[in-house]
Amino acid sequence: MLRGLSFAVDGGEYLEVTGPNGAGKTSLLRTLIGLVHAESGRITWNGRPILEDARAYHSQLAWLGHESPLKADLTAAENLAFGIGIRRRIDAVAVATALDEVGAQGFSDRPVRTLSAGQRRRVALAGVLLAGVPLWVLDEPATHLDADGQALVGRLVERQIVAGGIVVAAVHAPLPVVEAGTRRLGLSSK
Amino acid sequence: MSGAWQAARLVIERDLRLAFRNRAQLLHPLLFFAIVTTLFPLALSPEPSRLRDVAPGVLWVAALLASLLAIEFLFRDDAQDGTLEQYALSGQSLTWLLFAKTLSHWLLTGLPLALMSPVAAYGLGVAVEAVPGIIASITLGTIALSLLGAVTAGLTLGIRRGGAMLSLLTLPLAVPLLIFGAQATARAIAGEPVAGPMYLLAAFVVLGLTLAPLAAAAAVRISLE
Repeated sequence: MLRGLSFAVDGGEYLEVTGPNGAGKTSLLRTLIGLVHAESGRITWNGRPILEDARAYHSQLAWLGHESPLKADLTAAENLAFGIGIRRRIDAVAVATALDEVGAQGFSDRPVRTLSAGQRRRVALAGVLLAGVPLWVLDEPATHLDADGQALVGRLVERQIVAGGIVVAAVHAPLPVVEAGTRRLGLSSK
Repeated sequence: MSGAWQAARLVIERDLRLAFRNRAQLLHPLLFFAIVTTLFPLALSPEPSRLRDVAPGVLWVAALLASLLAIEFLFRDDAQDGTLEQYALSGQSLTWLLFAKTLSHWLLTGLPLALMSPVAAYGLGVAVEAVPGIIASITLGTIALSLLGAVTAGLTLGIRRGGAMLSLLTLPLAVPLLIFGAQATARAIAGEPVAGPMYLLAAFVVLGLTLAPLAAAAAVRISLE
């Protein structure tokens, strides 16, 4: 599906993957995080193949897929406490702070089933923040979000790369991130 | 290591909380078990001696089918909303997390079935002396079924509407459990020693505990590709 791809991303960089529907953006991201195995070639993290110690690699990355990985019957705060809690120890204050940062403080105690798709996306983004890891891999992070929410995603990505982290995101519309740290990878469907 | 224990505790706690917020799913297998075991006396004959004869078979077939109903939900929701993906990428052992998930699944389906079985047995004219044997055999049997179900549910995750496939895959593998479980129950009811079939059930549980989580994790990984 994808061939002839070769790239490296450094700390402090944001790699924006674009391309028409079906070009393989999601496949590329899922291969990068090790969920899908590449037929040939290799993917390394800090110079080591990612599957050599997949658990160590996975503990360094946060993945946000198309769907926001939330349980409809749990509240936003509960979702984060359980979802991120299996990765690392977090307390209620950290959860509340993260929800605050994505503008979700107003609905943190409501069951996720009552939230709109955009509100869910904000909660899922709070999860990425809470993971506290250097590598973010995001598939359409701004989907369902309003203008304010898209600006928020831009700010979060910027903060992550300024702090020396790496963000790889597949997007339809470019995120509002300063050009300095941004690199673009365009996939074509041919 | 404390991270792994903490993660397992959270997986179990989350599943329990979800189950209690969505009780219909929790009650469905239990209701099925209760209905099937009460229908037999109505259809067959109210005569206690005849009911006692068929009681082991009725209890075990009902428990097996009720467990099968529940196995379909073992990973389905987590696969749909991306939770399994997050488990696989959590940096924790997927085998361990799925083991915790299977344990919570048994706590929510197998354990209630085992606790309900004496009531059902009483309805089938079984003497009180047989109750410990019945509870023990259904407990071991449902643990083994949950573990087996983790593997087959994992294998059928990638199939759209895999419910029928899941039954086809699970039932043949569950036949040994049915045979030895029903035998243990029959012996308990007849007042004979139950150790033989019970040890075999326990052996299936040990086999499941050692291999099923590994196989389930491998199956789930394939479904995520």
